[in-house]
Amino acid sequence: MEQRYFQKEIETMPVEELQKLQSEKLVKQVRHVYENVPYYKALMDEKGITPDDVRGIADLHKLPFLTKADLRDAYPYGLLAKPLADCVRIQSTSGTTGRRVVAFYTQKDVDLWEDCCARAIVAAGGTKEDVCQVAYGYGLFTGGPGLNGGSHKVGCLTLPMSSGNTERQIQFMQDLKATILCCTPSYAAYIGETLKEQGCKPEDIPLKAGIFGAEPWTEEMRRGIEETLGIRAYDIYGLTETSGPGVAFECCEQTGMHINEDHFLAEIIDPETGEVLPEGEKGELVFTSLDKEAFPLLRYRTRDICVLSRKKCSCGRTLIKMAKPMGRTDDMLIIRGVNVFPSQIETVLLNEGYQPNYQIIVDRAKNTDTFDVNVEMSPEQFTDKVSDVLKMEKSLANAMKTMLGINPAVHLVAPKSIVRSEGKAVRVIDKRKLV
Amino acid sequence: MAIQQLTVFVQNKKGTVVSVTDMLAKNNVNIRALSIAETEDFGILRLIVNDEKAAEKVLTAQGYLIKTVDVVGVKIGDEPGKLTSALDVLDKADINVEYLYAFMARTERHAYVVLRVEENAAAEAALEAAGFHLITEADINKL
Repeated sequence: MEQRYFQKEIETMPVEELQKLQSEKLVKQVRHVYENVPYYKALMDEKGITPDDVRGIADLHKLPFLTKADLRDAYPYGLLAKPLADCVRIQSTSGTTGRRVVAFYTQKDVDLWEDCCARAIVAAGGTKEDVCQVAYGYGLFTGGPGLNGGSHKVGCLTLPMSSGNTERQIQFMQDLKATILCCTPSYAAYIGETLKEQGCKPEDIPLKAGIFGAEPWTEEMRRGIEETLGIRAYDIYGLTETSGPGVAFECCEQTGMHINEDHFLAEIIDPETGEVLPEGEKGELVFTSLDKEAFPLLRYRTRDICVLSRKKCSCGRTLIKMAKPMGRTDDMLIIRGVNVFPSQIETVLLNEGYQPNYQIIVDRAKNTDTFDVNVEMSPEQFTDKVSDVLKMEKSLANAMKTMLGINPAVHLVAPKSIVRSEGKAVRVIDKRKLV
Repeated sequence: MAIQQLTVFVQNKKGTVVSVTDMLAKNNVNIRALSIAETEDFGILRLIVNDEKAAEKVLTAQGYLIKTVDVVGVKIGDEPGKLTSALDVLDKADINVEYLYAFMARTERHAYVVLRVEENAAAEAALEAAGFHLITEADINKL
């Protein structure tokens, strides 16, 4: 198959050349931050590091880390490296795990971010002939604006749908013949479900590819979406702190996401010791923004656990690949002392023939954690016999116990009874109040 | 021969049954018989109605989980021991009854029993051979 790239020279650049470029950018960036961000200068001073100590990417490990706590402390302007007069945009996180993060962008920052998203769209097979339906939320959330900008750069006809109003999404998808869908994987699954309910088959819609991210999803979920929508589903990764979606993206191989290394320098560290781990080892992903002007984070700890690989990719890109994060430390629940990732529950559901429509409810009664999982039953699964429904609940609970090591109480519920926020699915309700 | 039972999945929450019956009433569906099996979390509503197609349509449109299943309806005399003799027939034929419920006829001195079994045909044959009168969809509509 002929390979297409948005910025071929960078995407297929020999690794040594790429690293040289990264080194040059890093030296400049460290100086820019040191001179313009007193907060980070203080961290460097504390470690006794000056910009002169960083002569290339080999010196990256000398720099101090930034964490989400730093972003909180420095809110809102503490990590800003450009005068506000030079900034043209902010984007912000949902603030579900503490105080919201506000990131600033200059026009150049927006441009480079949109380039990254354009690379993802082209890697998913997008061209100027395509109709790209962006069903990520628009506004403060980076999903909509990022893919919207990328779609413009590729020259696709862009449908700026934002999330929600599924009926209208489907109407536009059919009437305007959308070929690429960009949204969260849970929303893609929901759109697929709704189409199926309407008796619509994959061949009835012209959709060929989807770019899905902003929340964890599994390989099983990918297969489900690919089947119901009749498309190839590509993963995309990003975080507001570094720009938004497009930090990394999947190519036709669908075996991990190429990191846009010319803009984002990636490291894997041991989350306990902070020590840099060699390629191929599992640890916390850390990013250094090499080109960001307004909000240039150096060594930002993402809390995402994953693995990097420089194995040669059949798509021809030389950019390093990151595996799908095994879970964000934020998503991880500790229930009765056991680590539980919602993605594990999802895997069990898909293996057992259920849709990944579930909600985990954790509470505490008599000093013990309670662990309930509500799962939507499909019309085909419903039977008129109570004993059958109870058996299904029991067998799901057993499968989850095998995966997690602890026993949940599984409750089958009616379809669509679990509230979907049409942006990110609310998968976890933790009612534990620990003083 | 078998009659159709409408089965509705409902959460075990206040007001769920009334919302189902209300929906049926508003659409002119008459309930002939009704039974509920409940657990802590959910209930399964079993209904014999005059127009199960209409009932299925309105409830499905409202997002309810619905399943229509074939059940056996048998007419028995309204006196002590009649239900037992019908169940005896099934027992001797080695037919397991998953659940059953009964309702009274309006005018005649009869009761009707709705039986959920694995093999409808076998149950029907056994009951008929023992002289029981099975009820049909037509009988339900005449009720």
